[in-house]
Amino acid sequence: MSTLLSATDVVKHFRAGGGRAVQAVNGVSLEVMSGETLGVVGESGCGKSTLGRCLVRLTDLTSGTVEFQGQDITTLSRRGLRPLRPAMQLVFQDPYASLNPRRTAGDAVAEPLRIHKYGDAAAIRNRVAELFDLVGLTRAHLDRYPHEFSGGQRQRIGIARAIALNPKLVVADEPVSALDVSVQAQVLNLFADLQEELGLTYVFIAHDLGVVRHVSDRIAVMYLGEVVEVAEAEELYAAPAHPYTNALLSAVPEIDDGSGAPRRERVVLTGDVPSPIDRPNGCSFHPRCPAAQARCRTERPALRSVAGRQVACHFPISPGAVAGE
Amino acid sequence: MTSAAPTTAPAAAPQPAVQPARPSAGPWRRALGRLRHNRSAMIAGAGLLLIVLACLLAPVYANVIAHTDPFTSNASGTAIVNGQRVPVLAQSTEGLGLGVTPIGPTWDPGNYLLGADNQGRDVMARLLYGGRNSLLIGVSSAVLCCGLATVLGVLAGYFGGWIDAVLSRFFDVIWAFPVYLLAICLSVVLLTSGLHLGPIHIDAGSLALPVVIIALIYVPYVARPLRGQVMALRNKEFLHAAVGLGASDLRVMRREVLPNVLPTVVVFLPLMTALNMLTESALSFLSVGVQSPDASWGTIINDGLALLYTRPTITIAAGLCVGLTAVALNVLGDGVRDALDPNARLRGGA
Repeated sequence: MSTLLSATDVVKHFRAGGGRAVQAVNGVSLEVMSGETLGVVGESGCGKSTLGRCLVRLTDLTSGTVEFQGQDITTLSRRGLRPLRPAMQLVFQDPYASLNPRRTAGDAVAEPLRIHKYGDAAAIRNRVAELFDLVGLTRAHLDRYPHEFSGGQRQRIGIARAIALNPKLVVADEPVSALDVSVQAQVLNLFADLQEELGLTYVFIAHDLGVVRHVSDRIAVMYLGEVVEVAEAEELYAAPAHPYTNALLSAVPEIDDGSGAPRRERVVLTGDVPSPIDRPNGCSFHPRCPAAQARCRTERPALRSVAGRQVACHFPISPGAVAGE
Repeated sequence: MTSAAPTTAPAAAPQPAVQPARPSAGPWRRALGRLRHNRSAMIAGAGLLLIVLACLLAPVYANVIAHTDPFTSNASGTAIVNGQRVPVLAQSTEGLGLGVTPIGPTWDPGNYLLGADNQGRDVMARLLYGGRNSLLIGVSSAVLCCGLATVLGVLAGYFGGWIDAVLSRFFDVIWAFPVYLLAICLSVVLLTSGLHLGPIHIDAGSLALPVVIIALIYVPYVARPLRGQVMALRNKEFLHAAVGLGASDLRVMRREVLPNVLPTVVVFLPLMTALNMLTESALSFLSVGVQSPDASWGTIINDGLALLYTRPTITIAAGLCVGLTAVALNVLGDGVRDALDPNARLRGGA
C-alpha cells in the first residue's frame, strides 16, 4: 500500500484576543495509505475538524507540511490547488448547512462537474443522474430543494457531490453525527459500499467510538490538538496503550453477552479538558491522567512506535510495552 | 422522510430522465404564491399599477383630452369656465393687487381639471408628467442604488480584511453627512456643471443627475445590512464546500452568496423606490432636483406653495400623489419581505 497523504507536524493556530492563540492543532503527523480508512476520534474541540480541513487545505496551515500523492500542497494557492481538488474531497458534518438552500439537489451535485469542465450540459446531467443512483437517490430528487429532503438524504447529496469527480481521498468530517441512529447505519453502509466500488480512501472524523470502530482500518486518537495514539482499529479496542484512549474506551457502554468475558474497567477522568489557548506544560493530558508522573509535567512525549503502534506517552499501559526509554 | 432509499442502487444503465411528479417550486415561486395571498400587498400593488399607468398615459391626456402643452407658460391664455371666457391668470385683486391668481379646478377633464398653476399651465397634465419623472427617478435610482450596494456589500462581506475596511469607511463617510445636506451640496455643484467622471458624462440639467445623486447617498443604507448578511454566510459550510470543490472567489460570490442575498435586495427595491421618490420630491421642492420646465411632484408642490392660500389644490394634489405612492410602495415592500422570509415575521398571521 502506498502513502496517499502524509502530514508532518501540522500546526494550526487561530488568533484569540489579547495576542494569544487557540492552538487547535498542535504538531500532528499522520500518514494515510491508499485504500484504507483512517478514523480520527476525540472529544469535541480537540481539533479533529480543523485537522481535516488542514489535510485538504481548506484552510492555511500555521506550520508543518501536507503532502498529497507525493506533492507538497502546504503552500499552494487556491488556484494552484484547483487541479488537485477533484482528487481530494470533503463531506461535511451538518447536512443542513452544507447545501445551499437556494440551489436544487441536482444543481449542487453538478457544481463540481461544472467547475472542472466535465462536459456539456447533457453529459453533466447524465453524470448527476448516475451519481444519484449511486448514492441511493432517485432521479425525481434532481430538481428538489434541500428543504424537501431528510437529513440522511441531504447527506447522500453531499456524498454524491464529493464523489462526483472520482476522488482518491474523501475526508468525512463527522458525516453521521447529525443523523438519527437508524439513518446513521444506512449512510455508513453507503460509505463502505462506495469505498469498495470506487476504491476510495477515507479520513473519517468522528466522536462516536462505535461509528469509528465500524468503519476504520486504523484509528488516530486526538486530545487537545495532538495525536496521542495511532493503531489498527481492533488492536486499539483490544488493548489501548495511551491512558486517554483507555479512559475514552471505558466510557463506551458494553453489553453483557453472557460469555463471561472480562469487562473493561471503568476509568473516570477528573477535571475538564484544558483550554487550547492555555495548554499545560509537558504532556497535555497529565492534569487528568491517572498515571501521571513528574516527567509528564515537564516533558512533552513524542509520538513513537511501541509494539506495532504509535503512542505519545512516557508510560504507555499496554502489556509488553517498555515503559519510558 | 419521503422515501426509504436503499443503501446503494445498482449502477443502472442510463434511463430516460424521469420528470418529478410534482415539479418542485423554487424559493422565488413559493414567495410569489405567498405574496398573492397577502391582500394589503395586492391592493397596494394594484394601486401602484394604476398610478404608473396613469403617468405613462400623460401624453394621451395632454394631447387628446386636455389639448394643452404642460411645459410652456400660458400667461395670456383664456379658458371657458361655466360658459364664460375668463383669463387663465387673473390679476390679483387682493392686498396690493400684485401677482396673479390662476383659475381654480373646473373638475372638467378636458378643461383645466385641477386648475392652472402660476404660469397658466394645466396642473393635471403637469401632475401626470411630473409623476413620470418622480417614478422614473425613484425606480431607476433605487435600481442603481441597490445594484451598487449589492456589489459593494458582497465584496466587503466576502473578502473582509482591508477591502472591507476601505469600503466600510466609505460607507461611514457618506453616512456621516445628513442625507439632505449631502444631496443638496452635490446637486448645487453638479447641476451647474454636470458630471464628468472618466467615461461618465452627464450634462447639467439632465434627469440622470438626481438619479445618480440619490442613488449614491443611499448606498450605505442598503450595503451595510447586505455586508452583514454576507459575513454571516461566510462561515456556512456550503461556502466551504464550494471552495473545497475548487470554485474561484468570483464563482462562490456569484453562485453561492448572491442567490442568498438577492431576496434582501428585492425587499429593499420597493422600499428604496419610495424613499428615493420622497428624496427626489424634497430636492425638487428645494429647486435642486428636477429643473424647470421639466416637472416632478416635488416641483409642483413648490409651484403651489406661492398659491397655497388661493389655490391649495395644486400642492394638495401633488402631495397626495407622493404620499399615496410612497405608502403603496411601502405596503408592497412589507408584503414582499413577508413573502420572501416567512420565518422573520414578527406579528402573527396566516
